[in-house]
Amino acid sequence: MTAERTPLHDEHVRLGAQMTNFGGWVMPLQYSSIREEHRAVREAVGLFDLSHMGELRVKDESLAQRVVSRDLTRLRPDRIQYAMLCNEAGGIIDDVLVYAVADGGYLMVVNAGNQDGDFDWIRRHNPSPTGGGQLNNPSPSGGGLLNNPAPSGGGQLNIPSPFGGGQGGGVFNVGRDWALIGVQGPRAVALVQRLSSAEVGTVKYYAFIEGKVADVACVISRTGYTGEDGFELFCGNEDAVRLWRALLDAGQSDGIRPAGLGARDTLRLEAGMRLHGNDIDASTNPLEAGLDWTLSLDKDFIGRDAILQARKRGLSRALVGFKMLDRSIPRHGYAVVKNGEQVGTVTSGNVSFTLGYNIGMAYVPPALAKPGTGLGVDVRGTAAPAEVVALPFYKRPHPK
Amino acid sequence: MPDVSGMRFAETHEWVKMDGDTATVGISEYAQSQLGDVIYLELPAVGQPLDAGARLGVIESVKAASDLYSPVGGEVSEVNQDLKDHPEYVNEDPYGKGWVIKLRSVKDNPKLLDKKAYDAFVQGQSGS
Repeated sequence: MTAERTPLHDEHVRLGAQMTNFGGWVMPLQYSSIREEHRAVREAVGLFDLSHMGELRVKDESLAQRVVSRDLTRLRPDRIQYAMLCNEAGGIIDDVLVYAVADGGYLMVVNAGNQDGDFDWIRRHNPSPTGGGQLNNPSPSGGGLLNNPAPSGGGQLNIPSPFGGGQGGGVFNVGRDWALIGVQGPRAVALVQRLSSAEVGTVKYYAFIEGKVADVACVISRTGYTGEDGFELFCGNEDAVRLWRALLDAGQSDGIRPAGLGARDTLRLEAGMRLHGNDIDASTNPLEAGLDWTLSLDKDFIGRDAILQARKRGLSRALVGFKMLDRSIPRHGYAVVKNGEQVGTVTSGNVSFTLGYNIGMAYVPPALAKPGTGLGVDVRGTAAPAEVVALPFYKRPHPK
Repeated sequence: MPDVSGMRFAETHEWVKMDGDTATVGISEYAQSQLGDVIYLELPAVGQPLDAGARLGVIESVKAASDLYSPVGGEVSEVNQDLKDHPEYVNEDPYGKGWVIKLRSVKDNPKLLDKKAYDAFVQGQSGS
C-alpha cells in the first residue's frame, strides 16, 4: 500500500526534511535536528503539519454519545474535550478530541492510522443506517468542517469547513479534505494574532472559533500535543501551502522552526500525553492508563460495563511515569524489573531535552505505582535504575 | 572539512584512521545524518580486545538505539570521554572531535572501503 501524502508534502521536501512513514502517511520526521525543533517549541514557536490526522463529522448526537467515553451533553458549543473511543471490552480503540459544533453534532479529531477504522466502528453503531449519512465523502455542496449556515455571501464565518458534511444524521469521514497545521510555543498566540483579525488571544484553552489566518479561512482551535500554548488550524487542502508559508514567513522574527514527528514525540512525552499505539491501545483500558478523568461512568457508552467490572475486580497494572537515575535510555517494549523479575513494560521512553534526564512511561503493578518507588529498566541485559515520578514530567510555566 | 583521505570505512558505517600504531574509530557523516541527534553512547572499557566486525558498543539517537562495530581488530586503548557530556559531537564533527574509540595492537581488515568506494556504497543504499 502506498503511503498517503499531505498537501504540505512538497514543502517538507523543499525544507530538507527527512521523511518517514507514520500511520500510513509520509510525514516529516525532522528538518534539521529534533533537539533544536524541540527547543524552538519550548522557547519560541514551532510549526507542525498535522494533516495526517483524521476528522470525523458525527452529526448524530446520540451516536456520538454512545461511542465516546465522556458525557457530551455537558460540552458547550465551541468547546473541545479529550475522550476515549472504547470497544465492548473497555479497550481503547482511539483517543480523540471532540469538538461541539454550534450547528449540531460533533467533530472528532482522531489519530491518522485509526481514522478509517474509527469511521467504520462508529458507522457500525449508527442505529439509523438509512439516515443518508453513511458516505465516505460528504457531498461537496454539504458545506464544510463546521457545516455553517447557508452561504449568504459574506461574513468571515462563511467558511467551508471540516465540521460540515452532507445531509442526514450520520457520520462522515472528512479527514482527507482538510489540512491541519499546529502552531505551538510561547510565541504562537502572538504570531497567529498578527496574521488574524479574529480575537484569537481570547479563545480559551480547549475552545475554538472560525476566522481567517493569513487570509485563509480556518477553524482556530486552542489545542495541542506539546505541553505548550498555541493553536491547531484547520483549513482546506487547497489553502494549506499558503497558510504554512505565511506562518513560516511571519514567524521568522520569533525564531520559528518547522518541527517534525520526532520533536512532536519528545514534546508530548514530557507533557505526559499518551500516544495511541504505544501507551494505550485496544488491549488497555482507560483506568489502567490513568485516564479515569475522561470517563463519564454515569452515562451509557460502549465499553462502560467492562470498565465498571474492571474497576470492581481491581486493576492489575497502572501506567506510570518514571525517570532514569543513570544515563541509559528507556525504549518502548523494554522490560521493567524489580528484584530480578519482570514486573512491567516500558511503553514510551526517551531523553527529556527540557529536563536534562531520561524519562518514560510504563505499565507496572499498582503496588509499584507510587512516586518515589524504585524500579529497574532492562537496558540490554542490565537493570538500569529508575524511579516512579508523577505525570506530567513537564508543565509549562504559567504566564504572569 | 576534515582530512578523510586516509580514512577507510566499513559497510556498517564506521571509519578508521591509522596514526602510527594507533587506530582511531568513529562513525561516518552519512551515519550521523541518518541517526539524527545522538544522545548516548555505551562504549567498551579500555583494555577490551575486539575482533574486526565485533560489536564495540551502542549509539543511541532520539530515534533509536543502534549497534556499533569495530572496523578493525585490536585492543581498546582510549575511549572518547568527551562524548559522555557531549554526545552531540558525533553529529557536529563525526570525523574530528566526535571520534569514538582508539585501538592498539591493530589487526587490519582488508574488507574496508576507501572514501570513494564507501560513498558509492552509500549512494547505492540510499538510492534503493
